[in-house]
Amino acid sequence: MSISIEEVLKIASLARLELSEEEAKNYSQELSQILDYFKKLESLDTSDVEPTFHAVRLETPFREDEVKEFEAKEELLANAPELHERSIVVPKVVKT
Amino acid sequence: MAGVEVKELTISKALEFLEKGEINSVELTKAYLDSIKRIDSKIKSYLFVDEEGALKQAEEADKLRKNGKKALLLGIPLAIKDNICVKGSPTTCASKILENYIAPYDATVIERLKEAGAIFLGKTNMDEFAMGSSTENSAFFPTHNPWDLERVPGGSSGGSAAATSARLCLGALGSDTGGSIRQPACFCGVVGFKPTYGLVSRYGLVAFASSLDQIGPFANSVEDAALLLQVIAGHDPKDSTSAPVELPNFLEFIKENENTRFKIGLPREFFEGGVEKEIIDAIEEVVKALGKKHEIKEVSLPHTEYSVAVYYIIAPAEASSNLARYDGVKYGFRVKEGNLLSMYRKTRALGFGREVKRRIMLGTYALSAGYYDAFYLKASKVRTLIKKDFEKAFSEVDLLITPVSPTLPFRLGEKISDPLQMYLSDIFTIPVNLAGLPGLSVPIKVSSSGLPIALQIIGPHFKDHLVLTLGRQVEKEVDTKFIPPEI
Repeated sequence: MSISIEEVLKIASLARLELSEEEAKNYSQELSQILDYFKKLESLDTSDVEPTFHAVRLETPFREDEVKEFEAKEELLANAPELHERSIVVPKVVKT
Repeated sequence: MAGVEVKELTISKALEFLEKGEINSVELTKAYLDSIKRIDSKIKSYLFVDEEGALKQAEEADKLRKNGKKALLLGIPLAIKDNICVKGSPTTCASKILENYIAPYDATVIERLKEAGAIFLGKTNMDEFAMGSSTENSAFFPTHNPWDLERVPGGSSGGSAAATSARLCLGALGSDTGGSIRQPACFCGVVGFKPTYGLVSRYGLVAFASSLDQIGPFANSVEDAALLLQVIAGHDPKDSTSAPVELPNFLEFIKENENTRFKIGLPREFFEGGVEKEIIDAIEEVVKALGKKHEIKEVSLPHTEYSVAVYYIIAPAEASSNLARYDGVKYGFRVKEGNLLSMYRKTRALGFGREVKRRIMLGTYALSAGYYDAFYLKASKVRTLIKKDFEKAFSEVDLLITPVSPTLPFRLGEKISDPLQMYLSDIFTIPVNLAGLPGLSVPIKVSSSGLPIALQIIGPHFKDHLVLTLGRQVEKEVDTKFIPPEI
């Protein structure tokens, strides 16, 4: 199964990754090789098999919707790449 | 610490010395900090050493002990894999994208270790975001195997395994998504345990593949691993996948059951082709000795050969979704450039390393329109078949014994350019994660080339105590100290 450079660039765009031409070429080869290996699975008939998304089945736990104070607010903010007072600065996203 | 040989220490021995007052925690912690200074420039197991913090915690532990405080790990110096949040410490996941990230809170396992009185020496190296089997994918530097510095320590928790092996800590925590505790434990000759999915809270563990990730201990004896598990296990409302189960007293249980007999299964598919002969021979020797007491039986896990393909669809799919949060907005690395979209794209292009990007690409592909059924859904169905194989095997036997890795530790650089070959080295550990089972790596022999060999014990869901019990019996049978040569 081969995956073209155009396809690689499309996936990269979905994943919000900028790729150089060189990288796109490499990924096209590597991913094709790995996807080929995945073909192994096609030989198995799974038409009557239910999928497993979690190996240990648990009920969804419920709790009261109560506010709990998070103490380390300053430490959280200190991790932001750019702050204006207590707001995180991002590039403009609305048209003026 | 007159009369105490650090290399011979285990957590339980150190606790005896501390209890008797023959050593104190400050001396003990200094001994480990000194060893780190002396030899970690060659092994490179730590990304960050918190000398000041560790000594302060040790002083506090000594005070508490003087005042009569009893706690399971009071004054014991440990190392923590750098994808587990320790408040106030860097938590980088060995990635550039989190290079400057300081954890604003403690993971639940860290809270519990703190309550038990443990000391934190620092954070250990790993493959970036736990993606890899050699610790060569760290964005900062590779870690070296203490048994042979030209070889890899395994991965992704290679730093925790190497630090435990070289006695640069008394024990450590790692995480295991497809073998990331058991394979490096095997390569470094230490005990490594991946608990049942849901037994240990993952709150504060940086998510990689959420249906597979599990935190677990590294130690230099099965007893120590059981003690660490005792402290970190148990239900946590902050992790919705954490299981509300009663915990046994692991340490007492394994001691009380040192003569308990088991029905042990050897899955045929794990011993066929591709496994180095010396590894098979070493395991067979141990199994033969166990056969004097236990019932040994061949079983079959027919879908084993599909597990690598299933894993490398499911894990990257979950990772591509989990890692979407690294966008340069709220925390971590940011490339300041142009509009929002180009900030995202450039931040992620420069912040993530090659293997992480490869897996994000694979996962995005497997989940994208038109391919979901053929890849993700198909893999999830085959996952059911793999899980059922284990259910059938465990209707016939109590526990399974298998190899951990098909090869001895490989050389740095040997597999890094061939991702598929690297992936295939996880064939014996991956099925355990896919089925959510507990798995233990126990060292059993030093090879003719001077490298550790281990076996894996696998048990049914929440039979972690039985896995550890057989592990301790194997350890007694082997009766070897796995101390790497002087560096």
